[in-house]
Amino acid sequence: MSLANETLASLRRRLAAREISPADIIRDLAAAIEAKNPSVGAYLSWDVDAAVTEAEQTDTSLPLGGVPIAIKDNINVTGQPCTCGSKILAENYRSPYDATSIRQLRAGGALPFGRLNMDEFAMGSSTENSALGVTRNPWDLDRIPGGSSGGSASSVASATAIAALGSDTGGSIRQPAALCGVVGVKPTYGRVSRFGLVAFASSLDQIGTLTKTVEDSALVLNHLCGHDPLDSTSLNEPVPDFAAALGRDIKGLRIGLPKEYFISGIHPAVADAVRAAIKTLESLGARVEEISLPHTDAGVSTYYILAPAEASANLARFDGVRYGHRTANATDILDHYFSSRAEGFGPEVKRRILLGTYVLSSGYYDAYYLKAQRARTLIRRDFEEAFQKVDVIVSPTAPSPAHKMGELKNNPLQAYLEDVFTIPANLAGLPAMSVPSGFAEEGGKKLPVGIQIIGKALDEVTMLRVAHAFEQASGLSHLAP
Amino acid sequence: MSAHAIDIQKAASLARLKLTPDEAALYESQLGKILDYMDVLARYDLGSVEPTAHAMPVHNVMRRDESRPSFTQDQALANAPKSSHHQFQIPKVVE
Amino acid sequence: MEFKVTPVMPQYIVTIGLEVHAQLNTRSKMFCGCAAEYGADPNTLTCPTCLGLPGALPVLNEAAIERTVLTGIMLGCTTPPVVKWDRKNYFYPDMPKNYQISQYDLPLCLGGGVPLYDLAYPKDAQRSIANPGKVVKLTRIHLEEDVAKSTHHDRFTTIDFNRAGTPLMEIVSEPDIDSAEEAFAYLNSLRQILIYGGVSDADMEKGQLRCDVNISVRPEGQKELGAKIELKNINSMSAVRRAIKAETSRQIDCLQRGEKLIQSTRRWDDDHGETTLMRTKEDAHDYRYFPDPDLLPVHTADILARVRAHVPELPHEKRARFERDYGCSTYDAGVLASDKALASYYEDAVAADAGVSAKKLANWVINDLLGVMNDNAIAITGCPVKPEQLSALVSTVESGKISGSQAKEVFNEMFQTRRSPEDIIKAKGFEQMNDAGALETMVDQIIAGAPDKVAEVRGGNEKAMNWFTGQVMKLSQGKANPKMVSELVRKRVLG
Repeated sequence: MSLANETLASLRRRLAAREISPADIIRDLAAAIEAKNPSVGAYLSWDVDAAVTEAEQTDTSLPLGGVPIAIKDNINVTGQPCTCGSKILAENYRSPYDATSIRQLRAGGALPFGRLNMDEFAMGSSTENSALGVTRNPWDLDRIPGGSSGGSASSVASATAIAALGSDTGGSIRQPAALCGVVGVKPTYGRVSRFGLVAFASSLDQIGTLTKTVEDSALVLNHLCGHDPLDSTSLNEPVPDFAAALGRDIKGLRIGLPKEYFISGIHPAVADAVRAAIKTLESLGARVEEISLPHTDAGVSTYYILAPAEASANLARFDGVRYGHRTANATDILDHYFSSRAEGFGPEVKRRILLGTYVLSSGYYDAYYLKAQRARTLIRRDFEEAFQKVDVIVSPTAPSPAHKMGELKNNPLQAYLEDVFTIPANLAGLPAMSVPSGFAEEGGKKLPVGIQIIGKALDEVTMLRVAHAFEQASGLSHLAP
Repeated sequence: MSAHAIDIQKAASLARLKLTPDEAALYESQLGKILDYMDVLARYDLGSVEPTAHAMPVHNVMRRDESRPSFTQDQALANAPKSSHHQFQIPKVVE
Repeated sequence: MEFKVTPVMPQYIVTIGLEVHAQLNTRSKMFCGCAAEYGADPNTLTCPTCLGLPGALPVLNEAAIERTVLTGIMLGCTTPPVVKWDRKNYFYPDMPKNYQISQYDLPLCLGGGVPLYDLAYPKDAQRSIANPGKVVKLTRIHLEEDVAKSTHHDRFTTIDFNRAGTPLMEIVSEPDIDSAEEAFAYLNSLRQILIYGGVSDADMEKGQLRCDVNISVRPEGQKELGAKIELKNINSMSAVRRAIKAETSRQIDCLQRGEKLIQSTRRWDDDHGETTLMRTKEDAHDYRYFPDPDLLPVHTADILARVRAHVPELPHEKRARFERDYGCSTYDAGVLASDKALASYYEDAVAADAGVSAKKLANWVINDLLGVMNDNAIAITGCPVKPEQLSALVSTVESGKISGSQAKEVFNEMFQTRRSPEDIIKAKGFEQMNDAGALETMVDQIIAGAPDKVAEVRGGNEKAMNWFTGQVMKLSQGKANPKMVSELVRKRVLG
């Protein structure tokens, strides 16, 4: 069997036992990518020779020694492209520096290998907004993988990556993880340095993992998390051994089900999967109770004001002056700006820049931006109160399984509403993850669905423990189409 | 029709995005619908609620005034679409 | 019938406000560890953060915050308990992120004022100060990042990002300045204070201090201010005065012609001595300020406490102390205190010799030292005469060991050669003869050779005594201590 099909934990055991070498893994992955990427399209680029050379130098005695990790194409790795799925960075940009998350992984012995497709600048939930190629759901190639970390989720699901990094601003790790049947973790805001992650919405962005199992996520998070003096919002808090905390039972743990999340419009298969998951958790001794997050319906509006507002400033730097796409034959500097940016950005990015510019502009700031900041406070307080009563919160990750390609293409508002369950954790800065919880049947194809587990701030340990217990009990682990 | 009249060209001008008339019309109608939806926020009495700008209530994160090595000139200019005089070259700017 | 109408020219009131940008003299930039240096090769002081690369983040420089807080303390501002950082959005190629990190509604300093020192006015205006002792009110001081440097070539522009992201303090005055002379004094006083605090080198010619001027003119009797017109591109202290004068007359001319002034920004052309329109309010920016999510608020209590322990003496405080402790005249104290380096020189000189007359030293510094320094265009920090050497010279002349004119000669020699006064006095043979025995021998020698003169004195012509003194001085080649000689002559002749 190809090493590409194995979990990170199993590869580590075999590397430690010297049964295999890091270069073997790279070669098997390269073969898998060659075979599957033409149809799945998870990868935008990968450099096998460089990775083999690097693999031969990795220290396999380190906890992640010799493990290749695929990287969403918005995290800087020295000498590699960092397109963000955008034409504006695709032509000539090479990162002159490593993101802190990459340095952390390297310090653990892992090696970044391959660049994964994404919605342009992480704006979207389908990866259809990439300017650089189509990524498909490995479970049904006519369907979207979710997004924006669609390349990350589909690479892991199609066994062309052992593990992948993604970024999550409003659900961009969890939703594609659910749609592709993998584990996706967004840690507490500030746990993982954002230095080197191309910013979409700085107060919401967080790097996280997409893996085949909960244990694999924990192993990567052990190295990914930690304080970074280069990121002012990075938390200076001790990082527990997440992997060591797995396996403990969840007897007596209190699990909250937010009644506002069980709205009409949830796909029946999703509702069934969540109900089944709750039974499983109860059978493991957890106490499940209904809770209320009363400001849930303000979440989407709040998010789609704050995130585009921040993005409108974050994306101003893409102007063709220092790097990136530059229009040919600009008549003057204004023409240079207007044309370079119009040519370089795709429609969804333009839509959000316009929205963000509008809500910040003179006369609208109070009506939109300031109001959204206040609503964010209410959403945060909802969670603070709920976590007085429960240890974790469980909900569906996404309202439905993967849509067909193109289904939401012309209805941006409908697409935005799909983020309803994942957005609140970003607004509150809480850790949240998605684990596979079953399947929907659509047109004779099995489509994965996931449940979301939201933890208290900095309590990834409890969240991961619940996820692990559920994964072990449900057997929905290391799924493959 | 949206209840919100948006000056889409003004926003595009501030954001330095050239829009075709078709694009302008499309974004104007889409943004109008999105803003209509956002009226949901009006349901809440937000006037007395403190705004949240950061996910975590942390403050006074600073660094010591120490200098570190910088990029070399070649590294700095490596991604420049155009350079001359060891600087980034752009169309002439008239102040 | 013909009527001749003599129009009554209304008087006009000029209102001026200044926005001053001061570069802070930190080691590193505002938000990254690149060195904040000047004169390096282009684009050799950059990193992901100050180049605005995708994914880079800012981290606040503690020293820049401390220096701004110190400035606020020196100028009597208040610092809010919590301050924050905002993004000011506008596209310009010298701004790497196309937003500037600045402070919008919670800046580091609010209120306060800049005292206008008499000697900070232009020299020709110091005798006719309209508002002596005026303190110009400040609106605020905030901290932000500087932009890159553009060079405009014939057909294109190039940009060097070395300066991008260096810390910049913006000091905004109220529209509280009444004339070009006050504006000059404001800048000059502010400069002195910034240098005193060690927060900025504040050299306008080097761009370390930059100034935009807001001017509005209205007819007397009109309550509301006239249209605010902003002047940019003013690059020296003297240009500030010229620009304000020129713009004021332009605005008054407009009003007299019955034209309406509109809010606008104009560019000062120092070569042609005129302002030209850059933009009007219609194309004013919409900066879309919002809190920078990358930077957290700063609680200021601890910083304030720390900085308060290190507030330096200010120019006017030093001036008062020089008058009080050293007996300097108000003018002398003001001159000495107007330049921190000069004041330190003076204080070092005073401290070098406990017995020296501080007042006389002040005279020497101001009348002799400053004169020759100005003639030779030397800054006090490069002065060839060391403070303790000047102190020694002044002590020597005060003790009567050398004459005043000899002292001047010695001083000039010191300035030219950097040698010590003792060496020069010795080499020139200026050392006075104070040996009573030797002087007595000389006096006796003269007495013995002039019995008629002795008789004259003893006969009641005391004035003839001076003849003896003169003869002894001649005999000693001018080295004899004249005071001792005249005493000896009196003693020996009158017995």
